[in-house]
Amino acid sequence: MSIDRKIVDDLVANDISFVTTVPCKQLAGVIEEVEARDGILHVPSNKEDEGMGLCAGAWMGGKRPAIIMQNTAIGVTINTLATLIQYYRMPLPMLISYRGELREPVACQVEMAVHTKALLAQLNIPTYHFHTQSDADELDAILKYTFMCNKPVAILTDASFWGGYGDQ
Amino acid sequence: MIRSEILRAIAPVLRDHLVVCNIGLPSQELHMIDDNAKNFYMLGTMGLASSIGLGLALAQDKTVISIDGDGSVLTNLGTLSTIANNVADNYILMIIDNGSYGSTGDQPTYAGRKTRLEKVAEACGCENVITCRGEDTGETLQAAIDSGKMTIIVVKCDSGNIKLPVITMDPVVIRDRFMKAVAD
Repeated sequence: MSIDRKIVDDLVANDISFVTTVPCKQLAGVIEEVEARDGILHVPSNKEDEGMGLCAGAWMGGKRPAIIMQNTAIGVTINTLATLIQYYRMPLPMLISYRGELREPVACQVEMAVHTKALLAQLNIPTYHFHTQSDADELDAILKYTFMCNKPVAILTDASFWGGYGDQ
Repeated sequence: MIRSEILRAIAPVLRDHLVVCNIGLPSQELHMIDDNAKNFYMLGTMGLASSIGLGLALAQDKTVISIDGDGSVLTNLGTLSTIANNVADNYILMIIDNGSYGSTGDQPTYAGRKTRLEKVAEACGCENVITCRGEDTGETLQAAIDSGKMTIIVVKCDSGNIKLPVITMDPVVIRDRFMKAVAD
């Protein structure tokens, strides 16, 4: 089974039926899989804080949400995470492509990569880092944990997890 | 007519529906005028009332009214294209357009100068965009609810604020009673 399908199977198995996404090359396969599933309403967002607003509304409306985004979005969404998702105590799995790690070809991506875990730690956001594909075996447990504790939870997926950038 | 007068006038219409209310004075005014479990007050996160309302409308069948401001819509302008492209016919976005950032001291917004949010909404692809005067808000809102079509209402009104206290209700209480009202 492809890793994209395995990830989306885990979302569906945990009753996640509302997914918002901001595009990423590494997450393109997952986003395509999300779009293809009948049981998931896929609402692309223009920006990640907007996406978190959509997820907050969907959750209050009875659907379990998830957001798919790049790690640069942590810089965009700190206020939303603190004053909406955490303040009102809402669950939000964040599947994040961890750009700027080993095998990264674009130097500027490193500039947010070096802040990513520090910012998540500062926000007291539970954070999991997928480096090899077997790490994704924990995704099901991470999703259950997220909806048990009603917190935003970060799942960082680096280039090694995705098998590089295709041209290296 | 200023925003608090409009909210007072339309409270009997809002009361029967789920309302997501913008940060700052709009939420404080609605809370003072007609606090009830169907109101979701934003205590932070400027700009996301329209996004939360859309997510809520897409997730369930009850009518959802987001009360937003021109300044807040300008801070999340992409929301109008997301709304246009993800039609929820149980959703009404009501933008109280007084051309100013009321909660921070009535500094002018660009909507109070050259920018026309109703034209932005139309250009984004929103199909039912209605502009009305503050005095006609209740009638316009009721007609939008009755139409069963997703509608953007831009209410042109005067800037101005009344003095009132901040909301001290715990956010988790606001959210929990709102979710119970949604599920009821």
